Amino acid sequence: MLNGPVIVTASFFYLALLFAVAWWGDKRADQGRSIISSPTIYALSMAVYTTTWTFYGSVGRAAVSGIGFLPIYLGPTLVMALSGFLLLKMIRIAKSNRITSIADFISSRYGKSHLLGGLVTVIAVVGIVPYIALQLKAVSGSVNLLLEYPDIVMPSRSTTLPVLSDMSFYIALILAAFTIVFGTRHLDATERHEGMVAAIALESVVKLVAFLAVGLFVTYGLYDSFADIFEHVADDEKLRRLTTAIPSGQDFTGWFSLTVLAGLAILFLPRQFQVAVVENVNESHLKRATWLFPLYMLLINLFVLPIAFGGLLHFNGQGIDADTFVLTLPMAERQEGLALLVFIGGLSAATGMVIVETIALSTMVCNDLIMPILLRLRGLALAEAKDLTRLLLGIRRGAIVAILLLGYLYFRLAGNAYALVSIGLISFSAVAQFAPAMIGGMYWRGGTRGGALAGLSAGFLVWGYTLLLPSFAKSGWLVADFLTQGPFGFSLLRPQQLLGLTGLDEISHCLFWEFFVNIGAYVAVSMVRPPTAAEASQATLFVDALKHTRPVGAAMWRGRAKISDLQALVGRFLGPQRAESAFAYAQNLGGVAADELEADAELVHFAESLLAGAIGSASARVLVASVAKEEPLSLSEVMDILDESSQLRSYSQELERKSRELEDATRDLKAANVRLQELDRVKDDIMSSVTHELRTPLTSIRAFSEILRDDPKMHLADRERFLGLVVSETERLTRLINQTLDLAKIESGKADWHATEVDLKDLIEQSLAATSQLFRERGARIALDLPDGLPFILSDRDRLIQVMLNLLSNAVKFLPAGSGLVRVSLRAGANGLEVSVADNGPGIRAQDQQIIFEKFRQVGDSMTDKPTGTGLGLPISRRIIEHFVGACGSIALREKAPPFIFTCLTCRPLY
Amino acid sequence: MSKKVLIADDEPNIVISLEFLLRREGFEVLVAVDGEEALAKARAERPDLVLLDVMMPKMNGLMSVRPCAPIPELASMRVLMLTAKGRETEVSKGLGLGADGYMTKPFSTKDLVAQVRVLLGG
Repeated sequence: MLNGPVIVTASFFYLALLFAVAWWGDKRADQGRSIISSPTIYALSMAVYTTTWTFYGSVGRAAVSGIGFLPIYLGPTLVMALSGFLLLKMIRIAKSNRITSIADFISSRYGKSHLLGGLVTVIAVVGIVPYIALQLKAVSGSVNLLLEYPDIVMPSRSTTLPVLSDMSFYIALILAAFTIVFGTRHLDATERHEGMVAAIALESVVKLVAFLAVGLFVTYGLYDSFADIFEHVADDEKLRRLTTAIPSGQDFTGWFSLTVLAGLAILFLPRQFQVAVVENVNESHLKRATWLFPLYMLLINLFVLPIAFGGLLHFNGQGIDADTFVLTLPMAERQEGLALLVFIGGLSAATGMVIVETIALSTMVCNDLIMPILLRLRGLALAEAKDLTRLLLGIRRGAIVAILLLGYLYFRLAGNAYALVSIGLISFSAVAQFAPAMIGGMYWRGGTRGGALAGLSAGFLVWGYTLLLPSFAKSGWLVADFLTQGPFGFSLLRPQQLLGLTGLDEISHCLFWEFFVNIGAYVAVSMVRPPTAAEASQATLFVDALKHTRPVGAAMWRGRAKISDLQALVGRFLGPQRAESAFAYAQNLGGVAADELEADAELVHFAESLLAGAIGSASARVLVASVAKEEPLSLSEVMDILDESSQLRSYSQELERKSRELEDATRDLKAANVRLQELDRVKDDIMSSVTHELRTPLTSIRAFSEILRDDPKMHLADRERFLGLVVSETERLTRLINQTLDLAKIESGKADWHATEVDLKDLIEQSLAATSQLFRERGARIALDLPDGLPFILSDRDRLIQVMLNLLSNAVKFLPAGSGLVRVSLRAGANGLEVSVADNGPGIRAQDQQIIFEKFRQVGDSMTDKPTGTGLGLPISRRIIEHFVGACGSIALREKAPPFIFTCLTCRPLY
Repeated sequence: MSKKVLIADDEPNIVISLEFLLRREGFEVLVAVDGEEALAKARAERPDLVLLDVMMPKMNGLMSVRPCAPIPELASMRVLMLTAKGRETEVSKGLGLGADGYMTKPFSTKDLVAQVRVLLGG
């Protein structure tokens, strides 16, 4: 089933799926509902790092050097561990300065220099084109392999096909079309492509799944386990050397170089800069990427050795290229489905890399190479054109096609000359050139444009001389003598033993020299003169990026500009409509009246950063300068402004701190006030209750007294009755006052307690005797359960009687007339003696069972019967019982089926 | 014909004293000990005036005032509010709900009688 049509159909289905995902992502982005605003998708998109070079090449490398493939992953993992500093700073800088590519980053840092941006672009293109060629080679190689199925035939070493019948050419064209649709759908001021990122994240999943599938197949299908494979390897004379840590012929220098290169690549490869910095939606996503991305790489590397060993054992001596083991192993085992999955995985590794890389490069080529040239050609009258967005898009699309065709060209010319892994490393070495200018620019204020130019050029030349030219020589385009004898026989200038430096592998050799000259030139030339005003102000923006709360860019501008001019300028590059809405928004935000003619520095800065997003910061600077009458700032003025802004910054930090303290204090005060108000309310309620309780008996007393006074001839019977009522109301008042005082005493801890041995049974019987009159009046019965022989307790006898009387009289109060029953029982409970007083009255609702212990809170206050009494009996009882906590326990309420057990007091017996 | 007065209070002793007082003044006296009973008696007996305790069980006194107003046959009934809390808010709440006057407990019996007479139009 693995024939041409199936492969082509599967490929197209896969690309269509990618396209659908990207289209969906863009649509959602337009609606403002981003699907890529997720730390997981961010981390997955960073896995665009793993290309076909990894997918196929890691196994090839492992087959030659054992675990020598590992540094390619160690470097990025180490760098990700530091991402909280370096990557975060890059993201912060790029966002606040609307930087959209690594060329723009460097150009912007060193005073918005066109020359520097252009140089970085050239280095990136020259360095990356071979890498793109590698992807084309891998895809066409895998297709050719599959087409021969079920035979396994290594592709021929010479490319003899004419261009028009060469599959790779069409692959390049399809990828170009794909990238154009993905990456240049419209011109965006932030140069972000949500749909593309979503598609890239999907591709990362696909290639991981494919690689894991092969790994599992080889490890557990062809062999039994990891251990099984390694046992086979140990039995094989030739393979055994691969299992040692550093196989012969290598040394730690090589490991170190590769680790450094790979670590720098994860930061400075244009595609990594694109996904990690430009496409970053939220810098907090970095946190998950810090561990998820290394985890991804760990997973995709898990089976590299088993596949390599499996392939070596399986194809022993058959001349099968180890780079193809991932694909040829499933083919040899007739696993058609798996082979197709691997092919799709490889395709995803290639397309992901090519799409992101060409988008990043096309932005650089357009903004930092072509636009600056076009802007200089006055003959084109670019400044007068109304809408340049179509031109910009056209340039980018052209750049994409050109880059891919260059890649194809390189593939045609050199593709078969070198193993896959070496091409990748050549590219890594090229972009490593950016490190001094980038890192220095972010942490050293002294770096200048001249220094960066010198460093980059020198490093680039060394790279070309020690790595690129030798690769040409190895491809047979230069005489081999160039390598072995040096140019014109100068042996000191032998490209891979420069100045007599021997004993290093070619990558370490190149790395040493390129960093030596790059850093040397960068630092030395930077030290020649102090930074200019433009450099110094940009240096501050970059070096202090993590300190600024808002950019100080606007403070660095002085001059006059018309709003209409600025808007027209932005409109030419972003389209008139978007310029209009952006300006309306900005003016709204800054409170500038729309009809105001003069733009303030903020608005000028805003316009410049809008333009910078579309055409790069250097071009934006030139263009804004062309419509504004600017007064150049001298270095001392810039320093003054910077000084002022740093003072302002410290003032504002101080202010922020003060206001935070104030907020804290306010919050505390508010809380205290709430507590006070609550206390006040409670006090108010109690006062109001006391007042009410006092006024009520006083009302009767006064009324009866006045009646008696006003009517001396009243009947004796009435007179006696009324006097009796006056007396009982006075008693009520006295009781209320006593209880209030009693409670106050207990609460303030001034009550007297007389602890003696108490026989609870005796105490209960005494209390019952005291209340027997009440029970008789209500016609209520009492059921007793008072066993003999329970231990005595230590407590205050009078107080306990007070409690019992209270509970008993409460129980009586609510009994149904005539059929009332109160059950009093005493038993030894878990914590001591338990006294329970239960009645067959209406009971207490669950939600009221706590309330009844609050002062003056009588349940059924208004909705049912108003209870008689002071409302202090139960609160006092509770206080008494609580006083004996430890010795006694506390009042608790238990709800049973009617009759309710009303109260239960527990005392610990004296043993 | 003597005027009819409804006493609505849950304190038995206060009811006894008020009942005696008003009978002596020549009024016909009805008694209710909670809000529900007060409203029922007011509707059935159509008293000319109700002495209403604002804190009563089964429907707060304040609440039993409110239904008076919308009932046409009770529209002419006067309400004298009795309160033991004596708080400004209670008083104004009661007056706002339709009471015609209020007395704070404990009150002078003379004042009470005078107030009742005023409300009943001499």
